[in-house]
Amino acid sequence: MDSRVRIKDHWNEQRIFASRTLGAVVVIAVLVLTLIGRLTYLQVLRHDYYSDLSQGNRVRLDPIPASRGLIFDRNGKVMADNEPAYQLELIREQVPDLNDTLKRLTALHLIDRDELDDTRRMIMSRRSFDSVPVRLRLSDEEIGTFAVHRYQFPGVDLATRQTRHYPYGQLAVHALGYVSAISVQDLEHIDRVTYAGTTLIGKLGIESTYERPLHGKNGYREILVNAQGRSVQREGAFSSELRSQAPIAGDDLVLSIDLAAQQAAEDALADHRGAVVAIDPSNGDVIALASKPGFDPAAFARGLSRTEYAALADDIDKPLFNRALRGTYPSGSTIKPVIALAGMTYRAVDPSRQEFCAGVFRLPHSIHEYREGKGGKHGYVDLEHAIAKSCDVYFYGLASNIGAEHLAEFMTPFGYGALTGIDIGGEKPGLLPSPEWKQKTLKQVWFPGDTVSFGVGQGYLLVTPLQLAHVAAVLAERGKSFRPRLVTGVRDLEGNVKPIAPAALPGIDNIGTDAWDLVLHGMIGATTYGTAAAISKGASYTIAGKTGTAQVFTVAQNEKYVEKNVAERLRDHAWFIAFAPAEAPRIAIAVLVENGGFGASAAAPIARKVMDAYLLHVATSPAAEIAVPESQASD
Amino acid sequence: MIEDFGYARTRRTLSSTAKLLSALNLDGPLLVGLGFLALYGLAILYSASGQSVDTIVRTLIRLALGAAAMLALTHASPNFLRRISPWVYVVGVMLLLVVELTGVIGKGAQRWLNLGVVRFQPSEVMKLAVPMLAAWYLHDRPLPPDWRAMLILAVIIFLPAGLVAMQPDLGTAALISASGALLVLMAGLSLRIIIGLLLLAVGGAVAGWHFLHDYQRERVLTFLNPQTDPLGAGYHIIQSQIALGSGGVFGKGWMHGSQAQLQFLPERSTDFIFAVVGEEFGLIGLLGLLALYLFIIARSVWLAMQTNDTFSRLLALSLALTFFVYVFINAGMVSGLLPVVGVPLPLVSYGGTSVVTLLAGFGILMGLYSHRKLVGS
Repeated sequence: MDSRVRIKDHWNEQRIFASRTLGAVVVIAVLVLTLIGRLTYLQVLRHDYYSDLSQGNRVRLDPIPASRGLIFDRNGKVMADNEPAYQLELIREQVPDLNDTLKRLTALHLIDRDELDDTRRMIMSRRSFDSVPVRLRLSDEEIGTFAVHRYQFPGVDLATRQTRHYPYGQLAVHALGYVSAISVQDLEHIDRVTYAGTTLIGKLGIESTYERPLHGKNGYREILVNAQGRSVQREGAFSSELRSQAPIAGDDLVLSIDLAAQQAAEDALADHRGAVVAIDPSNGDVIALASKPGFDPAAFARGLSRTEYAALADDIDKPLFNRALRGTYPSGSTIKPVIALAGMTYRAVDPSRQEFCAGVFRLPHSIHEYREGKGGKHGYVDLEHAIAKSCDVYFYGLASNIGAEHLAEFMTPFGYGALTGIDIGGEKPGLLPSPEWKQKTLKQVWFPGDTVSFGVGQGYLLVTPLQLAHVAAVLAERGKSFRPRLVTGVRDLEGNVKPIAPAALPGIDNIGTDAWDLVLHGMIGATTYGTAAAISKGASYTIAGKTGTAQVFTVAQNEKYVEKNVAERLRDHAWFIAFAPAEAPRIAIAVLVENGGFGASAAAPIARKVMDAYLLHVATSPAAEIAVPESQASD
Repeated sequence: MIEDFGYARTRRTLSSTAKLLSALNLDGPLLVGLGFLALYGLAILYSASGQSVDTIVRTLIRLALGAAAMLALTHASPNFLRRISPWVYVVGVMLLLVVELTGVIGKGAQRWLNLGVVRFQPSEVMKLAVPMLAAWYLHDRPLPPDWRAMLILAVIIFLPAGLVAMQPDLGTAALISASGALLVLMAGLSLRIIIGLLLLAVGGAVAGWHFLHDYQRERVLTFLNPQTDPLGAGYHIIQSQIALGSGGVFGKGWMHGSQAQLQFLPERSTDFIFAVVGEEFGLIGLLGLLALYLFIIARSVWLAMQTNDTFSRLLALSLALTFFVYVFINAGMVSGLLPVVGVPLPLVSYGGTSVVTLLAGFGILMGLYSHRKLVGS
């Protein structure tokens, strides 16, 4: 224990105070300098960095979507445009009594009773000053209903949004494609900045292939926001300068489609599954491109429910399948004009020599019988009559004489087995078989019988309706051809159309004029005295055509194909290719009717209607009258 | 003659002001410093509160209350203050216990005592009561304090500080501890003990980690790395640094600070008002504010040095230095040097009873100065 008594020493205390106060002053000085150093670091050295952060805090970019480019047919008729869709939006903080408001909206049938709880939950999950859509796409009637009662609903209002509108409904849907909401997959290959504010993106056809020019350039508006994200008019006492950039609308596209011809094609196909492709042989412009059944593109723009989409995808008739570009079928007898040209070019035939058709063909040293497709016999026929009457027996022999290698080589420049290069995606190349191909792919040797079948377009050969339309165009122009295309020009904002030049393909120049003449006469014969004689009835122009019937299943030996005994979906596909007027062709066409039976009866009349519509402007049913109003179409 | 007359009148006016001040026991320079600070505070508060006149009126009322307390306390003699120190302390601790108990009954943070008309924070009283009792205890004892005195001082300081920390109000607890600790330091605590205590404090911090509330731990963690939780606990620190940094040297102008005006800066008119000054008046504005504070502190220290009894000197120095601690903790927290603890910027931040307590403290300080024994005269 310290027993000493310490007494206060005032002088000592004075010294302690003085030294400690000095120490405190030093510590204060050090701390203040530290603080000033920190402030200088933040406010001088890092000023630019924090200024950017502050700017990012207070200014939000509000994108203004550019309006999507319009699509016109060749005559300037609007095929796709934009229209405002009305939706009902609600701002929670402006609604006096949310539950009561929702109840009254339900009573007016503006909100579905079943969706009431979901709607309320959605409203509550958003910020109180957000405008929340409570009902999308109101009908005219519903807009009227709400307009009358609007004064009873403070905080609820109509809002418009641009959506895609197809004035002709399903017409040409497989050429136009459709737009729909940007999906997660889309986001992976688009520039999110460019698409900020955009809700719809092209998914198929023109809408997809020409997405870039159609989309345009979105604008933006800077808006001042506070920490809650609420848009405010001013910060503090003064307003501040905010920038904005107007959107630039997308380019308008002019298509080669002729709406009247397109309408005629789709009307004529009616309820059949099938496709029609018509091309202007002088430049490759696609006059009509139809695939049936189709679907309503407006439904995609609106948004399909899972079940709606499943119904389309699972439909046995495959409405989403573009038969014109992607359907591959045996060509049937439509191949015969080309075989005839090959025969004459390789001097494998004397065109004027009469061959005897007894309805059956046999290869030397073989007992296998190749029968006349339709049955019956043609007697003595020369090459021209063999084309016109579509004599299989004649062409069995002709193909055998030419040989498979020569056939494949000769047919390649016509576009068989290759993409035509049309300016919309999804096209299939079909298949042009050759001995080499068979060895490589099937590991089998090419049998002489394969060549026999090839002569009448059966066997391995597969073509698309677009390819056959192209072949018809090549036949029409005697070897000259163009890449098929849908878009012929781009119209800028001032309305000036910038035309796109047609793309010529390498010509075929190894065929003599005599050969072309003979085939032309054979094809004219087909529509006058031959297989499709019925379609020329009453026509004011000459049609050169060729029917075809593609077998879906093979008839066994010694059996006869009887149409009515075969189930509908196993019936043969009907083909018809043609061009007209035969002397100066303006349209080349291919028609396919799935399971239509014979080309002459099922496909040829459809081609006639399209040609009438295009060449004579005979409207079977004017497109304008058929046009379905959007509101009905979406029901 | 005319010039002469004017000169004489000026002198007469000055001397009559001085007479009035000395009659009221007030210190002129300190009063002027406090006045400018209050005006600066009101100007920035008007901007930070989103141009709320109501806030200004309420602050003026608090300033008036504080001024009244200051005027009253300047008349208290050191002896009177010393005599009442134990009673002030005991009553304060009892009030803290009452708050603690009602806090148990209610839920969450309980800092207020509702006296019907006035709501009142007993912890504020302790900011004055702790240094008063510590000075009272050391007044008759030889300095520097021995171990036994240290132990008793520790109890005097940490009993109320602990109670406040349990409320939980770490900021005020830190300030109470600081006011007591500074006083002990001024009393001549040896450097070896100071270093030892610092080591102990580090150990205590590590141990104390386990006793912190989750939100307090989070504050410390996000102070160490605010980017880990930019929208949660780190939000305060990030936004206040953006406000300061974007203010630059000259600031965005009065009422033009987008961080403050658009409410990105949380607690903009209370704990984070320092960032509003930095955003709207820039580094210049902050240096001006710091200069005002340093002037007030320097004058206070000078006044404390003029007193000549132990009680007065210790109490006055403690009050002056605690004021600095206030400023530094707030500025350090807002600029990201220190963790976020709820310490307001003295005489500028809106709300609380701290304005009254602070001005009362300056009243005591001026009183101690004006009642000093003039040795040798």
